[in-house]
Amino acid sequence: MQQRSSTVQEPPGAVPAYRPTPPPAWQPRTDPAPLLPDAEPLRVLGTDAVADADPALLLRLYAELIRGRRYNAQATALTKQGRLAVYPSTTGQEACEIAAALALEERDWLFPSYRDTLAAVARGLDPVQALTLLRGDWHTGYDPHEHRIAPLCTPLATQLPHAVGLAHAARLKGDDVVALAMVGDGGTSEGDFHEALNFAAVWQAPVVFFVQNNGFAISVPLAKQTAAPSLAHKAVGYGMPGRLVDGNDAVAVHQVLTEAVARARRGGGPTLVEAITYRIDAHTNADDATRYRAAGEVETWRAHDPILILERELTERGLLDEDGKRAAAEAAETMAADLRERMNAEPVLDPMDLFSHVYAEQTAQLREQAAQLRAELDAEGEA
Amino acid sequence: MTTATTGPAAKAAGAGKAKPATMAQALQRAMRDAMAEDPTVHVMGEDVGTLGGVFRVTDGLAKEFGEDRCTDTPLAEAGILGAAVGMAMYGLRPVVEMQFDAFAYPAFEQLISHVAKMRNRTRGAMPMPLVIRVPYGGGIGGVEHHSDSSEAYYMATPGLHVVTPATVEDAYGLLRAAIASDDPVVFLEPKRLYWSKSDWSPEAPAPVEPIGKAVVRRQGTGATLITYGPSLPVCLEAAEAAQAEGWDLEVVDLRSLVPFDEETVCASVRRTGRAVVVHESTGFAGPGAEIAARVTERCFHHLEAPVLRVAGFDIPYPPPMLERHHLPGVDRILDAVARLQWEAQS
Repeated sequence: MQQRSSTVQEPPGAVPAYRPTPPPAWQPRTDPAPLLPDAEPLRVLGTDAVADADPALLLRLYAELIRGRRYNAQATALTKQGRLAVYPSTTGQEACEIAAALALEERDWLFPSYRDTLAAVARGLDPVQALTLLRGDWHTGYDPHEHRIAPLCTPLATQLPHAVGLAHAARLKGDDVVALAMVGDGGTSEGDFHEALNFAAVWQAPVVFFVQNNGFAISVPLAKQTAAPSLAHKAVGYGMPGRLVDGNDAVAVHQVLTEAVARARRGGGPTLVEAITYRIDAHTNADDATRYRAAGEVETWRAHDPILILERELTERGLLDEDGKRAAAEAAETMAADLRERMNAEPVLDPMDLFSHVYAEQTAQLREQAAQLRAELDAEGEA
Repeated sequence: MTTATTGPAAKAAGAGKAKPATMAQALQRAMRDAMAEDPTVHVMGEDVGTLGGVFRVTDGLAKEFGEDRCTDTPLAEAGILGAAVGMAMYGLRPVVEMQFDAFAYPAFEQLISHVAKMRNRTRGAMPMPLVIRVPYGGGIGGVEHHSDSSEAYYMATPGLHVVTPATVEDAYGLLRAAIASDDPVVFLEPKRLYWSKSDWSPEAPAPVEPIGKAVVRRQGTGATLITYGPSLPVCLEAAEAAQAEGWDLEVVDLRSLVPFDEETVCASVRRTGRAVVVHESTGFAGPGAEIAARVTERCFHHLEAPVLRVAGFDIPYPPPMLERHHLPGVDRILDAVARLQWEAQS
């Protein structure tokens, strides 16, 4: 363009011809190429790369997947027995839940959504405490500082900016802490998803955003959620890398998350990870998935089950035999029996708790209302 | 207003001519002192750093404490407040600036679902010691979306404290108390009082009272004007004017809408037997509705007349050339006072 315009004949005294130049503020920006996700989701199981995987890690993942599957079954059963108000299952998504928990160090923070109780349990939280929200005896059943697990978050994606703020605060303080925030495919449409990713990239906060793309936001398929090439591609617009991974390949998810956590820890900034997985169960026990998806689709995913594909690998390599399988199943059964027993006990409720934690100190108005409830309870007791 | 011999501005100017301090300067000083005393206090928002805020309330803080302590954020209110929640989770005390009343609305979900509820949902394990500063109210000729009185939304949300200063002294004291509070405080700054002046001295700031105490600004015997924030000077002017009409008015400045200081308000109304609530916010389901109901419930046998309200009309905030018809003024307050059934007396 410039060459051509330089050959233009200008009459003497005329206004110089317009020579296109970039606007003054323009400067070359970050090269987007290294930020782009790979063309296909990363797989490790069934590929040559699996040879490099640590057998101890493979067995750990297996035991956790078996326990996770049993946990999902037990929690779903508890809804049928009226012990849980509702349960959003992660059956089929256990590889993501487990890998998220195992990718973090003890000092790191996990920011789960309401569907991610399994990740919290895999991180060490007592399942009864994890399920308090869904039983309904309180909102958060645990002290978030104890295992560094933020409260299970129901309003979609609103926990993502919290993860950014916490990671930013830790970095300002000089602490070596990473935050991993979990969200679903539907949650990526929320404004808070956008704002969190943008803040994280601007601040270079040590955060990993982990999207479990399980195909559906309740009933709405991904095609109605986004026109992006993939959810991982959204990272590029914020200036952070996007990674795509097979969400049912526990080894691959663990690898991608571990790398993203390490990158954040060494000051490399945030990463967006999209795991392609599938919600085998309905949205919750209150949902009917047959209204919006074909049974055949579910069956194709059952053939790609996270436990099935890991078990195949372990068996082929001689790392797992029938005894090993039985041991894993028994450990899971012990967990389930303990959970069942403790969830069958009536929770101890104190109605006066309603007023205990609204403010650090109760207002005069709340003291008055607490006295009213106290009197009502006393009257009930006398009746 | 009196002329000051000391004040932050005077100090900044050195030993030369003293200037009275403005409310904006007192607010700046409150943040500056809190930041100097407590390294966990962080100021953040849009334009708060290099520029010092569009009202210059954070002027100089980034320079003095660095951009990590006074941070220009991306332009996204939900993100600002959401990030502040995470920072508070890690032990910081964020002081967030929302640039204008109506620009705070994108942050409502974070405010209502997280800031206000976090202590409750975690049984006290995760308090939210953060301050959300919101310039609010009209009277500055602002165009659309720059003059809302949004206090009723905040008051209706359990878990939040809602505080608003009406004087330069209170701007300092209440903001210090808000930053020191272990609960989230929505700190409403009456923008038309930003440039009000007083001889308030930063060298000897008034003791910081706990949040939740109203104060009698003018003593009187005939009726109580209950007000706060930008309407306080209007009420004091109305009380002076009423004197000529033979009405001796008491003026109560609430200072804190939540917690609501029933004791001070009701003590005043029991003394005077009459009350008018005055605020810019809309009347229907506005703060005055709650206040009038409470005063009536608790002072019924002392009342000589129904509790009246002088409020903004129930309309979207008007364009600047019409706002004077909307805002409660001296005449409208005096009209209400006149309707307090004085004929029943004697």
